[in-house]
Amino acid sequence: MSRERYDAIVIGGGHNGLVAAAYLARAGRKTLVLERRPMIGGAAVTEEVFPGFKFSVFSYVVSLLRPEIIRDLDLPKHGLQILPLESTVTPLENGDYLASWSDPDETRRELCRHSPRDADAAVVFGRLMHHMAMAVRPILGMVPPDPASLSPRDLAGLLKLGGHFRSLGPERFHALHKLMTMSSADYLDEWFEFDALKATKSASGIIGTFLGPRSPGSAYVLLHHYMGEIDGAFRAWGFQKGGTGAISDSIAGAARAHGAEIRTGAGVERVLVKNGRATGVALSSGEEIAASLVVSGLDPRLTFTRLVDPKELPGPLVEGIRRYKFRGSSGKVNLALSGLPNFTCMPGEGPHLRGAMSISPSIEYLERAYDDAKYGEFSRHPYMDIVIPSMIDPGMAPPGKHVMSIFVQYAPYAVNGGWTDAKREAFGDAVVKTLARYAPNIESLILHRQVLTPHDIERITGLTEGNIFQGELALQQLFFLRPVPEWAKYRTPIHGYWQCGAGTHPGGGIMGASGRLAALEMLRGSS
Amino acid sequence: MLKTSPFHPRTSALVRAQTWRRWAGYQMASAYDPHPDREYAAIRNAAALIDVSPLYKYRITGPGAARLLDRMITRDMAKLKAGQVYYTPWCDAEGKVIDDGTVTRLSESAYRLTSADSSLRWLHLNAVGLSVEIEDISERTAALSIQGPLSRDILSRATGADLASLKYFRMIETAVRGIPVAVSRTGYTGDLGYEIWVDAARAVPLWDALIEAGTPFGVTPAGVWALDIARIEAGLIMMDVDYFSSHHALIEARKSSPYEINLGWAVSPDKGPFNGRRALAAERARGAAWGFVGLEISWDSFERLFAARGLPPQISNVAWRVSVPVYKDGRQVGYATSGCWSPLLKKSLALAHLRAPHFKPGSPVKVEVTVEHRRELADAVVRKLPFFDPERKKA
Repeated sequence: MSRERYDAIVIGGGHNGLVAAAYLARAGRKTLVLERRPMIGGAAVTEEVFPGFKFSVFSYVVSLLRPEIIRDLDLPKHGLQILPLESTVTPLENGDYLASWSDPDETRRELCRHSPRDADAAVVFGRLMHHMAMAVRPILGMVPPDPASLSPRDLAGLLKLGGHFRSLGPERFHALHKLMTMSSADYLDEWFEFDALKATKSASGIIGTFLGPRSPGSAYVLLHHYMGEIDGAFRAWGFQKGGTGAISDSIAGAARAHGAEIRTGAGVERVLVKNGRATGVALSSGEEIAASLVVSGLDPRLTFTRLVDPKELPGPLVEGIRRYKFRGSSGKVNLALSGLPNFTCMPGEGPHLRGAMSISPSIEYLERAYDDAKYGEFSRHPYMDIVIPSMIDPGMAPPGKHVMSIFVQYAPYAVNGGWTDAKREAFGDAVVKTLARYAPNIESLILHRQVLTPHDIERITGLTEGNIFQGELALQQLFFLRPVPEWAKYRTPIHGYWQCGAGTHPGGGIMGASGRLAALEMLRGSS
Repeated sequence: MLKTSPFHPRTSALVRAQTWRRWAGYQMASAYDPHPDREYAAIRNAAALIDVSPLYKYRITGPGAARLLDRMITRDMAKLKAGQVYYTPWCDAEGKVIDDGTVTRLSESAYRLTSADSSLRWLHLNAVGLSVEIEDISERTAALSIQGPLSRDILSRATGADLASLKYFRMIETAVRGIPVAVSRTGYTGDLGYEIWVDAARAVPLWDALIEAGTPFGVTPAGVWALDIARIEAGLIMMDVDYFSSHHALIEARKSSPYEINLGWAVSPDKGPFNGRRALAAERARGAAWGFVGLEISWDSFERLFAARGLPPQISNVAWRVSVPVYKDGRQVGYATSGCWSPLLKKSLALAHLRAPHFKPGSPVKVEVTVEHRRELADAVVRKLPFFDPERKKA
């Protein structure tokens, strides 16, 4: 055992681990972060995959990062700089497009082209979703109370929550109930008639989840993505200067400023447990480091079944973790481009290239993409969310050249026959071919192509089954059920061993809330 | 890009100081001159030509048209004759105002609705089960308002129609130089005036004809700044300035009933079922919690506040549109939502929401004013609206 002894060791330098470390260090705890890879960030990393071209390799946009974390850790001082991602354009199969711009009058005019009624409905819908996000917002900032528990703290939490929901009034309570139970397609059907609009909106309801737009439960994921706020405005998405790795760097900067140590290339083999109490960690190198608190930022499967011996844990917990659903469903294609794509629906350069292009022409298109995945194939015509970060931050690529980030769904982890190099390339081909239907010059621009399947995501980042949220954002594994009932408050049955990843409440995206809440719980428990 | 009005080819050439603003997604002139004094004067002294094309307009036809509108608005459609126009609010089920506008009965079974906000979805939601056709004619129809004491002379000359017999809130169909137009004796200035409805494709020749006919009478194109002063003098409210549409309000407290925004006169509680009837009946029975009134800010008090800092009173030639607290006996009893210096009445005016029972005309209140970076209170008196109501408006 090395002589150095820490108050807290954080396993995994993903953004939640870094947030937890920063809060622990800020409270005066001697804190060490251990990251297996040569770089910190987990799935929020920027890498120069091809010389001169920088990619937010996995996670690529930001919206959900909690404002209280930005304030508490003064992240802008450490490099957080979020640039606006202002528009979403959906190319349609008939050569037309559907656009949503940053200006409400322009968006309204555009929507009127397709459906004047939807343009009216969008205003009322936007107001309702604002209320829904407001309704759910307090939950994001609270340790989930267990409704089956009778402890005073749980009851107080439930009472607070009950009071909060009562204050919503019937109209909003009913709307919330619907959002919690319906499919995004059904929910949007109640509001809109233009198919491409419903499809593009419902796309946020399927991201990172093995559900189709017609699967019940997908409406909640829609709301999860609506909750993103930038400077107090909901539904704002942005792009971090320098890529998402720079977000991780800013959190790491804050953690270091508070005295935390961060070691890369230091993979943790296991957590040392003595008499039901965590005493430190053992690295793959054999080195052992002692600490009174150990917190895992890894996903629940790794936290409970790899870092510790399941024998140390109650059987039902281990069983619950085995049943917890990962089912990675998305992939990523990163392209280095010699020039800009030329979209048939909006030829030439234009503001659309500074925003997102969404390949979601209809609900049926998305549902068929899901059908492929349901039966173990990647989507032949997938849903894609495309951004060109070099249009927003010129530093991402050499002058005149560009990087393109394509989020792709569906690519099931459990693909028939397993993922092979050939299958990965076939998947990459399907993506480029689909994109070429809307931007025919794309193939001639590609200088380099990086294709990441869920299998690759798991191999590189460690995320089980390549699930980008450390487990699906499905209702049965959210809030006081995330990752499993009774162990949804960041603790584990092993004293001094904690969890702080997105596999805990409130979950995925570059949000940082899990890391913060876990750190605050640990500090509460140890002070 | 913002939309431009069908009159844009003419109006854009006249905007000397590039003073543009947004109105319902359109790019419209705030003023043509660098400041609006001359344009405002034309409204009260001669005639002003005001482009009001950004209004939303719907043509509603079919056997169910009257039923639909009767369900929607608070006034009684059974009493609306062909060729007559209603000004009316419409409410949600809780009796809170969604929007206000006009309903014109174009013929036995054809109506035109104008509104500040898009109303297509609301019309369709209310049309369920009715045999009715709803057409959004907002972009197809241009609207030009001619307002001021000489507007009748100009329009009579341009149309050749007998406008002397066209009564207040009535409409006729006629033509200007062969261009078919509908002329309604309506407006947003509280003066003698007309609104002219025309096919957008013929907007420019209509503009030219009215300028030509009006020039000997001093007709002056006027922008939104001038219109804003005139409408405050006339006590006419503006959606999302003086009240929030219940479809836009983020919180309940921002919503208003017709009784709370001085439109109680436009509620016909005894007509058939309509949106908000039950809530409005209950509110009428218990009395509205808020009143919407005029405030006349005491010049002496205003002048004293400035004099105390060694300054002359500062007034703007543009109306203000921010919420300003109103006090009585040291307690806040309401807020003013827009106001202006009235060049005609030589008074500082405001439109205000006051809690019951403080809205009785003649009640003294205090209004917050900022003088040289400091918040001060000026004396004001509650006035019944409108501030300005010339006989010629209805004569």
